[in-house]
Amino acid sequence: MSPTQKQRLLVVVIVMVGIGITATLTLLAFQENLLYFVSPTQIKSGELPQQRQFRVGGLVVEGTIQRDGVKVQFDLTDTANSITVVYNGILPDLFREGQGIVANGKLDDSGIFMASEVLAKHDENYMPPEVSEALAKAKDLPEKFKGHPR
Amino acid sequence: MMKFIHRFASPREFFRISGRLLPWLASLTLLLMLIGLYLGLLVAPPDYQQGESYRIMFIHVPSAWMSLFVYTVMAGAAAIGMIWRIKLAHVVAMNSAPIGASFTFLALVTGSLWGKPMWGAWWVWDARLTSELILLFLYLGVMALYAAFEDRRTAQRAAGLLAIVGVVNVPIIHYSVMWWNTLHQGPTVSKLDAPSIHLSMLVPLLVMTVAFTLFYVVVLLMRTRWEIIDQERRSNWVEEFLEQT
Repeated sequence: MSPTQKQRLLVVVIVMVGIGITATLTLLAFQENLLYFVSPTQIKSGELPQQRQFRVGGLVVEGTIQRDGVKVQFDLTDTANSITVVYNGILPDLFREGQGIVANGKLDDSGIFMASEVLAKHDENYMPPEVSEALAKAKDLPEKFKGHPR
Repeated sequence: MMKFIHRFASPREFFRISGRLLPWLASLTLLLMLIGLYLGLLVAPPDYQQGESYRIMFIHVPSAWMSLFVYTVMAGAAAIGMIWRIKLAHVVAMNSAPIGASFTFLALVTGSLWGKPMWGAWWVWDARLTSELILLFLYLGVMALYAAFEDRRTAQRAAGLLAIVGVVNVPIIHYSVMWWNTLHQGPTVSKLDAPSIHLSMLVPLLVMTVAFTLFYVVVLLMRTRWEIIDQERRSNWVEEFLEQT
């Protein structure tokens, strides 16, 4: 490499390092705002103001779904804490017990989350239903690998 | 090796060799794409959770991977062109932009079509989707900047610089699902432990990815060949070539 080429390489490297540091610092500064949803634990610890719209994410606790017409009430957990969610509307197809979901809404005075929108989160596992059933039967497997066959 | 690279990087040699390779590469692309679609749409079983809808993955995931891969190639080629002043590298970088933009657009559209039935929303502003949208704007920015200058070399350098600066977005897109809570799920195939996808679904996904990569190479070669003809239209070998055809 000639000296001018080395110099140009150095300029490109310096520009990239500079941009990298800038981006890292910016993203760290906006860390909180980049979270798409918060966890029930964060709500319980009182980090979030009431009367403000935000999203909460977690797993639907098994056996807590109560339906009344299109009104539905269920508990949402992050395995440490849970919160009760009330929603009036049509749920996505993937909504079921144990499913990860994200609800958008407000906390009311009694600490119940009044959702105006419920989105389902699907996991990163892809397998045929038979495999999922076989895995669910093998009880010693961790919870996250147990499926919900259709 | 360096001798070969230098020979290949001369426009005339590149034109000759790529002309011979193209028909083979194009046929292979078509063949792999047909095999991938057949395996993905007809042979692979439905998903335990998402039923048949997950099959859009065989277009969505390779498009999204290609959107990142093409950007990296574009930025790398722009850097090589800038440091070593290789004409061909600039041409490769600038002709990658529209192809990458198309892959990004395809990833966003198929993702949206997948999101509505599964998540319940066409679009959400989570970190993964937003950073991928920024990638589309970066591609469009590179294309616009390249088109904005009369002088080709100035245009290549200005647009190349934007491409290099924008490469910071590539790791952000990739790691967004791990760094922040997102509605988009985490990585499936690139996890360090075994990929959490059944083999019958993984094979068509990988076949489609190879097919998409080859498609990029084919389109890139075709675009580059036309640009070489345009740039060298006054040289003897191009005149000879044009007379022959």
